[in-house]
Amino acid sequence: MYARLTTEDAANRLDGPLLFLRRTLDVGYNEAVEVEGSDGLVRLGRIAAVDEETIIVEVLDDTAGLALSGTHVRFYGEPLKFQVGQGILDRVFNGVGKVIDGGPPIAGEKSLGIDGLPIKPVAREAPKDFLETGFTAIDLMNSLVRGQKLPLFSGGGLPHDQMAVSIATNARLSSAETQEFAIVFAGIGVPHETAEYFQREMERSGALERSALFLNLASDSSAQRLLTPRYALTAAEYLAFSEGKHVLVIMTDMTNYCEALREVSASKGEVPSRKGYPGYMYSDLATLFERAGRIKGLPGTLTQLPILTMPNDDIGHPIPDLSGYITEGQIVLDRDLHRRRIYPPVKVLPSLSRLMKDGIGKDMTSADHPALAAQLYAAYARSQQARILASVVGEEGLTEVDQRFLKFGSHFESKIIGHTDPRTIEESLAAGWEGLKQLPVEELHRLSDAQIQQHLAQEHTGD
Amino acid sequence: MNLAIIESVSGPVVRARPEGSFVMREAVRVGEKGLLGEVIRIKESEIVIQVYEDTTGIRPGTRIEGDGLPLSIHLGPGILGGTFDGLLRPIADISINGPWVEPGSVTSKSAHYYFIPQVVAGSSLQAGAILGRVKPKDGHEQRILVPPGISGVVEELVAEGEYRDDVPLCMLIDEDGTRHPVTMCHTWPVRRPRPTAARLPSDEPMLTGQRIIDCMFPIARGGKAAIPGGFGTGKTVLLETLAKWCNADVIVYVGCGERGNELAGLLEEFYQLEDPHTGHSLLKRTVIIANTSNMPVAAREASIYTGVTVAEYFRDQGLDVALMADSTSRWAEALREVSGLLGELPGEGGYPAYMSSRLADFYERAAKVRTLAGETGSVTIIGAVSPPSGDFSEPVTSHSRRYIRSFWALDANRAYARFYPAIHPLHSYSTDEERMANWWHAEGNVHWQELRTRFLTLLEEQAHLERMARIIGKDAMPAHQRYILMCAELLNEGFLRQSAFSEIDRSASPDRQAVMMRIIGEFIEQAERVVSNGVPPELISRLPVFRRLMRMSEEIPDGEWETFSELADTLNKSMVELADSGQPMEDS
Repeated sequence: MYARLTTEDAANRLDGPLLFLRRTLDVGYNEAVEVEGSDGLVRLGRIAAVDEETIIVEVLDDTAGLALSGTHVRFYGEPLKFQVGQGILDRVFNGVGKVIDGGPPIAGEKSLGIDGLPIKPVAREAPKDFLETGFTAIDLMNSLVRGQKLPLFSGGGLPHDQMAVSIATNARLSSAETQEFAIVFAGIGVPHETAEYFQREMERSGALERSALFLNLASDSSAQRLLTPRYALTAAEYLAFSEGKHVLVIMTDMTNYCEALREVSASKGEVPSRKGYPGYMYSDLATLFERAGRIKGLPGTLTQLPILTMPNDDIGHPIPDLSGYITEGQIVLDRDLHRRRIYPPVKVLPSLSRLMKDGIGKDMTSADHPALAAQLYAAYARSQQARILASVVGEEGLTEVDQRFLKFGSHFESKIIGHTDPRTIEESLAAGWEGLKQLPVEELHRLSDAQIQQHLAQEHTGD
Repeated sequence: MNLAIIESVSGPVVRARPEGSFVMREAVRVGEKGLLGEVIRIKESEIVIQVYEDTTGIRPGTRIEGDGLPLSIHLGPGILGGTFDGLLRPIADISINGPWVEPGSVTSKSAHYYFIPQVVAGSSLQAGAILGRVKPKDGHEQRILVPPGISGVVEELVAEGEYRDDVPLCMLIDEDGTRHPVTMCHTWPVRRPRPTAARLPSDEPMLTGQRIIDCMFPIARGGKAAIPGGFGTGKTVLLETLAKWCNADVIVYVGCGERGNELAGLLEEFYQLEDPHTGHSLLKRTVIIANTSNMPVAAREASIYTGVTVAEYFRDQGLDVALMADSTSRWAEALREVSGLLGELPGEGGYPAYMSSRLADFYERAAKVRTLAGETGSVTIIGAVSPPSGDFSEPVTSHSRRYIRSFWALDANRAYARFYPAIHPLHSYSTDEERMANWWHAEGNVHWQELRTRFLTLLEEQAHLERMARIIGKDAMPAHQRYILMCAELLNEGFLRQSAFSEIDRSASPDRQAVMMRIIGEFIEQAERVVSNGVPPELISRLPVFRRLMRMSEEIPDGEWETFSELADTLNKSMVELADSGQPMEDS
């Protein structure tokens, strides 16, 4: 980062985050600047609009303390970039890519634009390698594959941080290849304790060695919050596509990101859309989430596990709604299950992994995995209907078959979804088959006779 | 060539001082990289340009060039089987710019094709007439037509042989003596519908291989359908399934603001799958227009017109074309975003007031037509809609409803139970049903309409009874009502559910659909008789034949008609046995 061009005393207006300068230099739209006030603080900014007389700079920090006189602006002559290099693992950065762990700065190997570029759909390799997380609710029911973006839709007070750490620690590539695995963690507007929790837990489990942490704390500026995932993803892209690692990016909490987006949009006086969020929120989120994937001919993969807390547990709120339209499925956490101390409290019915079909089945997990998952879904959906019915007419009012479905539902939640130790996929599959033994075989319409014969035959006699 | 100098830049909106006369909707190139843009507002001393690409680094003083033509695309034999961005620029070639999409103009490389003339020098040709055909090395034969707008006497016609797609194949001398060179390619403005001789009534279905569509809510050739559904209800899988198995000659798939990984999966799958009608790879009959959600927003707005123009180009060759747009909501949002940047007054839901008429412009381009060459061709449009939080009262869904003829509403609860396609039979409709009934009738399935009505009333009754069962419990319901619920379960599980990933069931031929329809109809009839004789419905659902019926969609493939008739016989026999043995008894 070097200052090519500077200007001082050109400022003629300050309005919220916007700084208006007389145009004395030839600069382009969206290029980065540094604004130094008379208070000596250096603030990051970008050129938000430019015409023949004026340059409008969007300051990405607090503008308190800035004055029209004594403000120096340095122009980078290019958009914001991030210096990346081999040493970025086992390091901690702030939200705008500055080292904050007390160590030396990164030896920059490449300077990459933080906005990235879209991958040509033709150059993408369809994701298809199973990634084991250790949770049955994910591995068996909503399998994650490398290169996918699968968010956790959570709520305040639910154990999403715990799950994220557990996945970061236990995630295993199913194939024998032990290619390097790396984790990029982006804390976006997280409270200090959460940031510390992640750092501590990952240090404890040894995962920190293969991780790069980007921390934008709740007290940092909103405009910077918008940059944090971009720095983190730039690092992740470098690790995946230049260094050939399998990278898992955990971003928490995307709700804070969207709130910052709304705040910044409002301060710029833009026309608001649903619930005051800007109309471009979908496109903006897409520029982050779409950076997951694989590229033909390159060994690495970039998998995203964003976490968002649904405001008021409402899945129809614009944040989860727009995210769900971009991501390849979602894992929904449920307060009811959590209250009943089921961990992980994954509500499987609204959860979905769109790429599941490409990562499971013969030669990957088990040939009967797709049918088993489909049958468990259908049976659990029926048990939920039975539960509603029972809440009105009482359990005795149910038919015998419905009563068995009801029992299956409880078993499914406590024994299949709920478990404390990480399971391998084989253990998850076994738990699934075991659960189905509770049901009469005639009701298992999603399984073929051969599958029933093979997996459920022994203990099932005469129903 | 017109010139203009940029005065200000703000996101994709650029204002410039013109040094020439620009026209509305003129396509322009901005700066050294030649970013594509379109003139959207003209004042005496200022033009406003919407740029289709990232404007980072653009500054006042940068030059803008235009050549007076509206936003147009280059149509030719190289399109079929290709992958393009929203402005029909090729993005398949990884050798240019590597795996990333960089801003700036990329032009197609010219290619060679083997041309076989079908006219002789001296003949007089009208616009749209067939000049000859080309044969690519692998893939479909295509026709070369006289482009719309020119006509005349053929001169200097080349002989059969291999030519580059941009060299003249002949000259057309019109009445004024003007010479028009005709190559394999021509350009056409995307927002203008291509001319036809006449619109024809759509009287045959476009078969999709999906039972819930073909049998319950059919779509006509030249028809238009909307698929609304919240996220995770299976819009994209359904659209892809239709793109794979529908009996159109050419598929135009517009990925408008959707996921990159999905498009990658689609490309891979289409490459591997074989077209059941020709034996080529499915990709060879497909044109993919990809503007993923992270590609520039303004180009997303144009991509849908690009798609429909490409569809019309193939229609004019006398082909049946199906256009899938995933999703029209993303297109409408792009419209909203650009409108916001222009400071226009927002209408309902923040969308500009002209959103509805733009949507109409798009859907109205679907039609079965007589082409200028006198043949029949059609464009069928299927648009996915992504309503926020699955609420169908939002503007894009409700406006789409006004223009489409088939409405396939996806239901979250069905999707949660992994019941695909999650089309809700009671919220969906097809206004072409009556006309399609004639087609099925002519195909020998005389009971089609009768069975369809029976099925729909059954599902209606089921919805009603399920509400009641919630109050009094299923056990307390009379036998006849329990019978209805049993039949509805079979209808849903055994007929309407169809797995897109099952080798056997991913596509069903009309014959197989008809057989299954008849067997289920038979069951409904027979079971009613048995139940009215006093046999409780639970005894029927415990019959082995009931489980076979439930699984017939996944176990009996196309062509195994003996197995189907054996199943029908078994059904008859079991029912007769049950009726004979069944002295009236109460529930066990």
